[in-house]
Amino acid sequence: MINIWEHIATFFSVENYTLFVVALGSGILCFAAGVVGTFTYLRKRALIGDVISHSVLPGVAIAFMLTGVKSPVYFIIGAILSGLLSIWIVDYVQAKSKLKPDTILALTLSVFFGVGIVLLTKIQHSGNAAQSGLDSFLFGKAASMGIWDVQLFSIIAIINVICIALFLRGFSLISFDENYAKGLGFNISFLKAFLALLTVVTVAIGVQAVGVVLMAALLITPAAGARFLTNSIPKMLSFAGLFGFLSGIIGVVISYSGTGMPTGPWIVVVLSIFALTSILFGKKRGVFARMKLRKSNNVKINNENVLKDIYKLAEDGTKTISISDLVEKEKYPLNKVKGILNRLEKDDMIDQIRGLIILSDQGRIGAREVIRKHRLWEIYLSKYFQLDVDHVHDDAEGIEHVITPEIEKHLIKLLEHPETDPHQSKIPY
Amino acid sequence: MSKSPIIEVHNLTVLYGRKPALWNIDFELPEKKVIGIMGPNGSGKSTLLKSIMGVVSPTSGFTKVYDQELDDVRYKVSYVPQRQDIDWDFPASVWEIVAMGRYQKRGLFKKLTSEDKDIITDSLEKVNMLGFAKRQISQLSGGQQQRVFLARAIAQQGDLFLMDEPFAGVDIATEEMIIALLKDMKDAGKTLVIVHHDLHTAQSYFDHLVLLNTRLIASGPTNEVFTDKILTDTYGGRLTTISKISQELENKEFPIRHK
Repeated sequence: MINIWEHIATFFSVENYTLFVVALGSGILCFAAGVVGTFTYLRKRALIGDVISHSVLPGVAIAFMLTGVKSPVYFIIGAILSGLLSIWIVDYVQAKSKLKPDTILALTLSVFFGVGIVLLTKIQHSGNAAQSGLDSFLFGKAASMGIWDVQLFSIIAIINVICIALFLRGFSLISFDENYAKGLGFNISFLKAFLALLTVVTVAIGVQAVGVVLMAALLITPAAGARFLTNSIPKMLSFAGLFGFLSGIIGVVISYSGTGMPTGPWIVVVLSIFALTSILFGKKRGVFARMKLRKSNNVKINNENVLKDIYKLAEDGTKTISISDLVEKEKYPLNKVKGILNRLEKDDMIDQIRGLIILSDQGRIGAREVIRKHRLWEIYLSKYFQLDVDHVHDDAEGIEHVITPEIEKHLIKLLEHPETDPHQSKIPY
Repeated sequence: MSKSPIIEVHNLTVLYGRKPALWNIDFELPEKKVIGIMGPNGSGKSTLLKSIMGVVSPTSGFTKVYDQELDDVRYKVSYVPQRQDIDWDFPASVWEIVAMGRYQKRGLFKKLTSEDKDIITDSLEKVNMLGFAKRQISQLSGGQQQRVFLARAIAQQGDLFLMDEPFAGVDIATEEMIIALLKDMKDAGKTLVIVHHDLHTAQSYFDHLVLLNTRLIASGPTNEVFTDKILTDTYGGRLTTISKISQELENKEFPIRHK
């Protein structure tokens, strides 16, 4: 890792041809997988990626047994055929049996993978000199990538992009609601088969680089991360493709910076970092965005509570009170009260002069609003929840901060503009 | 009414595995009415709608719409699937979902025209959801989801609407809005076929009823078929003869038809 920058420099100077080829190839492959995998993810078929990648193994082995040569073309044809067969079996068994989907997926995966391993072992013991290296399908061998592979990956990437751009409407329709798409009269069997074909071809071609175990991650992880960043399918496709491309390149550069560091796993690690970052930092759906929202809600609640108390202590805002009066009444510690007061002053709700608190007009309006919402909710509870008068206060303490102006309007209308709350206190309009 | 029926269901049988979901259903539906399809849970209501829409293929029998094969008149038929069957945490806006209603006309590849966009806007306005056009569908309440689905169906501009449980799990405001909308649509000459489960509202909502419990119990004008006897036949007794036979068919692998 020490000389990683050196490697990046080497990479961009194109002095190290192998590194350049492998990084570019991996980037393009991961891009292609991320794009097509977005729909695998949206159709909630994440596990099917695993099934396909494990299922290409017997196809590769049989292709070798039939031809006796190590030709990528035969391997890919074999891989595609057995990948397609696995999908077909999953769909067929699902339609015809009572087995649960997860059982069918797990069974298909293990049966194909098992057969694949048996065949590979048989080939290894057959004494055919050409067989060495077939096990690269198991764990992947990105390092052996040549310019031929880069070209092949590029063709697949271009095909994926063109087909998905062309069929964006169709693929989105079947991902959201297959039945409706069928009801509109679209040929959804064709759309599903076409999408499956794109997925299988991508997997079949990628397996040799990253291995059967990691290939599924290349399909699903970019989309899973992208989903946290956006609510639009085209943007999701772009993010997933970008994550894939960058992970491919960064993963390769990292793995080349140390001796004996595996390429495929590094790509997946980088991909996972991208996905995790999106999950944590996503603007709308991310974990931190939600934490921030919760925090700003807390600030709002504290501000409103203190403002309300000031208003009440000051006898409806007519008198001036001291901070020590307020602290006595508050459930918050002194430091916190001071913090809240400073925030309120910044919002022009109050002025603080030498330990005294003076409500501004705006503060008075704000406090009345909170009290109004509180009392309206108390009336609502006693009317519609059949709650006794002495049971409504605690609930209203929480809900007074939640009620939006629209809901307030709705409540006033529903309760027919009430004058007093269940405790006979006047409602300040 | 010498005219041909708008929907003809002829000896329709649909099997799931070996278990019949619908068994020898045979009825015709009149035009320009609000028609309710009712029956207990698992009585085949949704399956019936899906068969008419060609989403489920019949094991035997057939359905016809406007006296033709569905494929020839699909453009006249709008389908509202069951809201609960769908995962609403999907990356799409309200506008994009309603736009799907125009895909039938435009196909998979043609761009939507400004005429399409006017239709989408109108449809959203009809269900009071125009203000939500840019909203993510994952943020909608149940009632709002249902309005979006209705708007999508309206955007298809069909004459016949098949709706699967549009009143299930919606708020009162939405239910009242849908009822008012249905009335307007009927007055505009549309035919509405609605899967429904609430017996209390059946009489006030529907002109015509189809009562199902795997087999057809009754089909006719509401005032004729909404009788105690027919309702008991439809809803009474879970273990009817039909359900006993269905269980045998399923458990012992008997065929329902010999081919």
